[in-house]
Amino acid sequence: MPVVTMREALNQALREEMLRDPNVFLMGEEVAAYQGAYKVTKGLLEELGDKRVIDTPITELGFAGLGVGAAMVGLRPIVEFMTFNFSILATDQIINSAAKMLYMSGGQFNIPIVFRGPGGSAFQVGSQHSQALESWYAYFPGLKVVMPSTPADAKGLLKSSIRDNDPVIFIEQERMYGNKGEVPDDADFTIPLGVADIKREGTDATIVARSLMVPVALKAAEALEKQGVSCEVIDPRTIRPLDIKTIIESVKKTNRVVVAEESHPFCGVGAEISQEITERAFDYLDAPVKRVSGADVPMPYAKNLEDMAIPNVDQIVAAVREVAYLD
Amino acid sequence: MGAEETSATSVMEEESPELADSGGPAQQGGTLKEAQKSHLGDIDRETLIDIYQQMLLVRRFEEKSAEAYSAGKIGGFCHLYIGQEAVAIGAISAIRKEDYVLTSYREHAHAIAKGISPDAVMAELYGKATGCSKGKGGSMHMFDKELNFLGGHAIVGGQIPLATGVAFASKYKGTDQVTLCFFGEAAVNQGAFHESLNMAQLWKLPCIYICENNQYGMGTSLERAMSSQDISQKACAYDIAAEFVDGMDVLAVREATLRAVERARKSYLPTLLEVRTYRFMGHSMSDPGNYRTRAEIERHQERDPIKLLSASLKEEGILSDSEFQKIEAEVKGQVEHAVEFAEQSPLPDAKELYTDVYADPIEI
Repeated sequence: MPVVTMREALNQALREEMLRDPNVFLMGEEVAAYQGAYKVTKGLLEELGDKRVIDTPITELGFAGLGVGAAMVGLRPIVEFMTFNFSILATDQIINSAAKMLYMSGGQFNIPIVFRGPGGSAFQVGSQHSQALESWYAYFPGLKVVMPSTPADAKGLLKSSIRDNDPVIFIEQERMYGNKGEVPDDADFTIPLGVADIKREGTDATIVARSLMVPVALKAAEALEKQGVSCEVIDPRTIRPLDIKTIIESVKKTNRVVVAEESHPFCGVGAEISQEITERAFDYLDAPVKRVSGADVPMPYAKNLEDMAIPNVDQIVAAVREVAYLD
Repeated sequence: MGAEETSATSVMEEESPELADSGGPAQQGGTLKEAQKSHLGDIDRETLIDIYQQMLLVRRFEEKSAEAYSAGKIGGFCHLYIGQEAVAIGAISAIRKEDYVLTSYREHAHAIAKGISPDAVMAELYGKATGCSKGKGGSMHMFDKELNFLGGHAIVGGQIPLATGVAFASKYKGTDQVTLCFFGEAAVNQGAFHESLNMAQLWKLPCIYICENNQYGMGTSLERAMSSQDISQKACAYDIAAEFVDGMDVLAVREATLRAVERARKSYLPTLLEVRTYRFMGHSMSDPGNYRTRAEIERHQERDPIKLLSASLKEEGILSDSEFQKIEAEVKGQVEHAVEFAEQSPLPDAKELYTDVYADPIEI
């Protein structure tokens, strides 16, 4: 199987789906002539033309809403936010229009749209360009929220998201675009939404990690293996709907859980996972669910402070040792 | 505001001398009638009568809605269209069935004009399963996919980017469908308006932006909210064609819309229409309306769009007294039927609470 970067895997998904369905179009800032701020859309303008690969003005609310309107009448837009930080300007259209249209129209207007782009922490870009917003979007019924952690997942999940008939928030991790992995080159390769992936099997503790935290959790699991602790690493991949069944099955086996996330802890996805586990598998827990989250501060610029704001291998190792009562 | 005229009215007079009523209602009415008479020749009798009947239907429908709201039959917010009938009905009379309409939360008239039955609109107000959104949308969220009525949007200006996207899709697919996007003048202060007009002209999209300038955003007059109150002029910033239209003259609205429709259909070009109108009722049913004077309202009621049209129809001998009575009776019957239908319809089934959240639900 070819080994490609996350960036290339996403590019393949976009290209294949746009070739597959003429109603799919891509719009966003710098996606066409500039080839994408992160080069995810490289080559698409040349191959597919400016009718379908469209540079927008810097007008996030406007083009997000335009996409939703186009989706109401049969097109399947892919709206790229240069980063999800800028989606904050578009939340009225994402939440009040895209998420609610099917319901408030009594089932008449579904919105097949993908809002995608990089999210989470980036490299020293300061508070406004470096934040995790998945808990915002996951809050709303009507939206689906997807966060891949490997190139193969990125491709398979993006293809499914584009084919999905509901609005999908697809958050790519800005630090992970260069990560490499094996990716099927089969145009029919998809990964269903709402299915978690067990990234590593284990018996002593479960680490639930998403996006950037998956490779960090896997490194922590390697370190813990050497310390005699066998960790299972579960990547939900889809945040809404959350494949809680796979997580619960793991908890029943390991009886100990750490949730690793780069987002802020308060009202975060980790809090939701913890609550679900408490409701569904309380009797199986041998220790309280432990969260390892990003620091509860706006992202600082200084390299040393930024490093401290994002969870690392040591913190996850310590958390697993804590729920296993090893120290 | 006591007995003083609000300053919003005086601004209107300064800006629009042709609409000023300083000469008194009689003179104003006369001027408009003259204007309407000149339109009458261009339009067939059947369409004229249909327009009149629709305006009357909406008026009586809204009066009945107010009654039902006061009786506790309709919940939530209820924004009536009384006084503005010429705008929705004039504009929608200028498009085809396959064209699209999107509007704000003051939408009962647009829904009816686009072809949704008064029964389904009233049932939606009642929150019944037979409503045009199955009772899940309410007064502010009416939809009909078959009729290309795309809502019913309740965040001020939210429908403007949506309509721009619908127009984008028409061009993308190569159809000649046009989109009418209605919004109040208060929406012009939202970023969504400016962002949309910029894209519409940049990409040449067949969208007609119809600003229903009823001169108040809830209780705040235009002049208290907008630094430059000449809305049609704002189109200059985006190089968009624009017209100022007398929104009490249904045929003027229709003709301006026809011109915009031609531009959109033939050349994929957007237009901004500023249609000056006035709502005779409060912002919503819960509005005591103490921000404007009785005198101001009455002065605008002298230019009641239905009165103006009926006067012209009478004067030109298009409708006789008995025909007027017949239409009034028909409309009354339609509205009574709508109420009866809504009253008799079932509430949504409890299982509807969890349907229509996702088109592709994923079972976990």
